[in-house]
Amino acid sequence: MPLWWPLLLGSLLFSIGVYGVLARRNAVLVLMGVELMLNAVNVNFVAFDAHLRSAVHGGQTFALFVIVIAAAEIGLALAIVLLVFRTHGHIEVDELRELGEAAEPAERSEAAR
Amino acid sequence: MSWVQVLFVLLSLVAVASALLVVTTSNLVHAALWLVVTLGSIAGVFLLLAAEFVAWVQVLIYVGAVVVLLLFALMLTRAPTGRQDDLNVGRVVPAAIVAVLVGAVLVSTVVAGFHDVQLDLERAVVGSASVTGGTVFRLWVLPFEVLSVLLLAALVGAIVLSKLRADEPAEAGED
Repeated sequence: MPLWWPLLLGSLLFSIGVYGVLARRNAVLVLMGVELMLNAVNVNFVAFDAHLRSAVHGGQTFALFVIVIAAAEIGLALAIVLLVFRTHGHIEVDELRELGEAAEPAERSEAAR
Repeated sequence: MSWVQVLFVLLSLVAVASALLVVTTSNLVHAALWLVVTLGSIAGVFLLLAAEFVAWVQVLIYVGAVVVLLLFALMLTRAPTGRQDDLNVGRVVPAAIVAVLVGAVLVSTVVAGFHDVQLDLERAVVGSASVTGGTVFRLWVLPFEVLSVLLLAALVGAIVLSKLRADEPAEAGED
């Protein structure tokens, strides 16, 4: 199998994840885009591990580490999402503008409700 | 083409198609379920690429835990189960352009860099549980321990975040 096949799969999954992160409004759907991007990186790690055949197995070990980091990330992110839902009543990321520019913050947060 | 290549192409097509459905479907729960299909076929790709233990960890943690957590989050934020037409931001076209550009750069780079490299899966060492366990606990012990501390910190952080009273951040936000 040519090495670029799994690398192509990783690249396509990564760009789909980029689209998901940029285009989705719901915070949970944004997180799904992040998961796709992390999986694309894992595909690359595993492909290069099979290519290099190093005794250290760095590729597969780092894929495991990325999976663990993704689990930690999703746990924290869901705690944040639930907190945002309790304080704002919605999780639409394009309406969470409290940290953005100071222009008319009150009207915007009222309109968001 | 050998059966490994045929299986790889099929699994890749399933993964890419269901990933596209994850980011385009207008039903929140369907997005989570298509994510299961994507992650499962990526686990199959890991199996084909001689990463057996990583594939099972992918099934256990991603398909098992992460997707269940995502479904819980959808449930707890009272997401409607039906069709929703406002799931995308207004600027979908620039997002698609950026994604296509990222994909073009990545694909052209990897194809230009590795188009003549062959992956010899016959001689690849299968990353079974014993092989992976040996490398993790002999060679990667320090990163492993650092990662366990990171998991503990994330756990404590998630508990602290979810124990915050709802009125305190709201008051701070209205100041």
